[in-house]
Amino acid sequence: MKQNAERKTQDAERNAQDAGRRTQDAFEPKIVAFLCNWCSYAGADLAGTSRKQYAPNIRIIKVPCTGRLDPIVLIKSFEMGADGILVSGCHPGDCHYRSGNYLARRRWMIFNEMLQFIGLEQDRVQFSWVSAAEGGKFVDVVNKITEDIKKLGPAKEYNAS
Amino acid sequence: MARIGVFICHCGENISRTVDVVKAAEAAATFRGVVHSVEYKYMCSSPGQNLIKEAIKEKKLTGVVVAACSPKMHEPTFRRACHEAGLNPYFCEISNVREQCSWVHEDKTVGTAKTIDLIRLMVEKTRKNHELQHIKVPITKKALVIGAGIAGIQAALDIADGGQEVILVEKDPSIGGHMAQLSETVPTLDCSQCILTPKMVDASRHENITLYTWSEVIDVKGYMGNFEVTIRKNPRYVKEDVCTGCGLCYQKCPQKKIQGKFDAGVGLRRAIYVPSPQAVPNVPVIDKDHCTKLLKDRCGVCQKVCPTGAIDYEMKEEIITEKIGAIVVATGYDLIPNNFYGEYGQGKYADVIDGLQFERILSASGPTAGEIKRPSDGKIAESVVFIKCVGSRDPAKGIPYCSKICCMYAGKQAMLYKHKVHHGQAYVFYMDIRAGGKGYEEFIQKGIEEEGTTYIRGRVARIFKKGDKLIVRGMDTLSGQKIELAVDLVVLASAMIPNKGVKELYQKLSISYDTYGWVSESHPKLKPIETSVAGIYLAGACQAPKDIPDAVSQASGAASKVLALLSKDELEKEPLVATIDKNICAGCNMCVQACPYQAIELKPIKDRKGNVLRYASEVNHGLCAGCGVCVAVCPSKAPDLAGITEEQIYAEIVSLG
Repeated sequence: MKQNAERKTQDAERNAQDAGRRTQDAFEPKIVAFLCNWCSYAGADLAGTSRKQYAPNIRIIKVPCTGRLDPIVLIKSFEMGADGILVSGCHPGDCHYRSGNYLARRRWMIFNEMLQFIGLEQDRVQFSWVSAAEGGKFVDVVNKITEDIKKLGPAKEYNAS
Repeated sequence: MARIGVFICHCGENISRTVDVVKAAEAAATFRGVVHSVEYKYMCSSPGQNLIKEAIKEKKLTGVVVAACSPKMHEPTFRRACHEAGLNPYFCEISNVREQCSWVHEDKTVGTAKTIDLIRLMVEKTRKNHELQHIKVPITKKALVIGAGIAGIQAALDIADGGQEVILVEKDPSIGGHMAQLSETVPTLDCSQCILTPKMVDASRHENITLYTWSEVIDVKGYMGNFEVTIRKNPRYVKEDVCTGCGLCYQKCPQKKIQGKFDAGVGLRRAIYVPSPQAVPNVPVIDKDHCTKLLKDRCGVCQKVCPTGAIDYEMKEEIITEKIGAIVVATGYDLIPNNFYGEYGQGKYADVIDGLQFERILSASGPTAGEIKRPSDGKIAESVVFIKCVGSRDPAKGIPYCSKICCMYAGKQAMLYKHKVHHGQAYVFYMDIRAGGKGYEEFIQKGIEEEGTTYIRGRVARIFKKGDKLIVRGMDTLSGQKIELAVDLVVLASAMIPNKGVKELYQKLSISYDTYGWVSESHPKLKPIETSVAGIYLAGACQAPKDIPDAVSQASGAASKVLALLSKDELEKEPLVATIDKNICAGCNMCVQACPYQAIELKPIKDRKGNVLRYASEVNHGLCAGCGVCVAVCPSKAPDLAGITEEQIYAEIVSLG
């Protein structure tokens, strides 16, 4: 009985949240997540199999390795209206392709500085290491970036030309 | 013009509960290039697959998008179905709407909208798909087994019996692993050595097995079917081919007080030693950290007494490279260090020992010849406390998992102790008794009812010394009373952890491991023997704590996988590899440097007369693993990665705009 009551309150809360989400003035950011096939994509799968709920704003694009990603891919995402980007790969030393995640890390350190140059806040692109065993961490990472982007508001319209 | 079919699976109710599949199918029907869009209760079922096959034929589909579970689950299933219907399997893509949507978002409006987005994304990708054919590569018909404990030995024997060559590498001087240290095994009380040593001898004598003991794998290159492995054979300082195993050297060695690994620190060995009398190979090894000849150039007794002149103080390490087709990882386990719990005083009090040390005391070939003499003063232990879950199931200490074998071996050790000290008293402190396994529960019951082991449910808080007794202070949680026992010996069932140095090895092999360092299996249910790397399999306790029958059966499983792989002459490889357009490539060498597999080479482009015009990169498709690093680093985008091309990534991004 007690559980039922709790569930009802939770449902009511959720409905209220959803109503807020659907109103026009509530900002629902568009977040693109580039996940490596071996660690983070599997981590997202684990979050699913563990039925962990997380913010629905991300759209996952699977890549073999975070080392596969060119910074232009991220810039293109902003151009196409993304408000935030998550790039997530394997932990150092765990890369399925030996060293792709190290290449990615070096690339993003430089890219972060470029972001400011093109007028975007650094928090709009976030990087993380999520292993195939870290479904819980994946949920935390997604919820954090969603919260951060909500605080930042919509990305300024970025035009490559 | 692409003609794409979208197939949305209900997954019973797993997807349809939180996603309006009908609405999603209607929405998908309007996407560019989609000519067919349906939903069905179980797409992976045979009627579901037939739905796809028929649609391919009737609607002349050029692409298939299945919105269902993770591609890690059923991508091969649906690709096979497409192949059977005459469509190149690489025109089939999976939209992961179960793990990424229906299971993680409860709101149906949100779930449906996201599902539609995910399908649109995959439709856009599929529109840009290309026909791909499997790449064929030759297979080296030789297997490598790393670790020669019971799992490694069993895997090597099974592969060798199947007619393939095996290289068995062991880092210790003898094969046998932890099982060789044990006294008797659960639940039949077979003598461990008696059932293991015949297998050890078989492994050393088998014509298809090459044994490298006192050796380590230091480098691994290549890929499934074509690995190149470098093995370092550490110097034994004893010539294996000359030594007869007479044992004179270690009888005469003056360095007598060295705590050895095999006796787990409760027995002493010499500076030149064989780990146990049953060691395979029966060739001694010199401990270079304790031998005075090697350290200070004094002594040299072993060389003087050796009748065959096998001792060679100048011996150097040897580097061996081998071409290998498949690898079995059987690197085993270790126990937590003895300072893990300060309050138990292990390391401080000689009579607080761990399970392996007690096995050596119980063992007929151990330092006490099987008498239960306590390490501190050699007195027969009149009472013993066994503590289970020492480290295991303690999230605060970073080990939340159950070590699985301790319930059984603590019960067994208490029983064996009673067999040797009839008037003695054995107490077992436990959290739960987990005796799953054939004959295991009966074994525990026998220990309680017939052998008089006292089980106390509760934890021990502290152990300290009073006179020549150890005071064990704890709690009996069934009666709710504090308990204090004065005993002679305390045996800790310490948690199992991965072996030392294995992470470095796993990184060389590129296989994944979990947060504790146990090897990750490719799929927890359906691929428990495969690692994350094709052609590398696992066996035994390197995956997780495991008892002997589990380790042996998994080893046989790994061997059958290896035999199946090596039975083919050619290997079909997924065609998801990079190709470099020579017309665009400027030969800047960036990709060559970035490639983690050394799969790219600069090759000259010549005119008809043979003059070198310029250089351009070329990918060896056999070596390429398809990471796509070359695509990202190339300034002119000459490389592209089949399966996820530049065009496809951009198409996916644009679909979200």
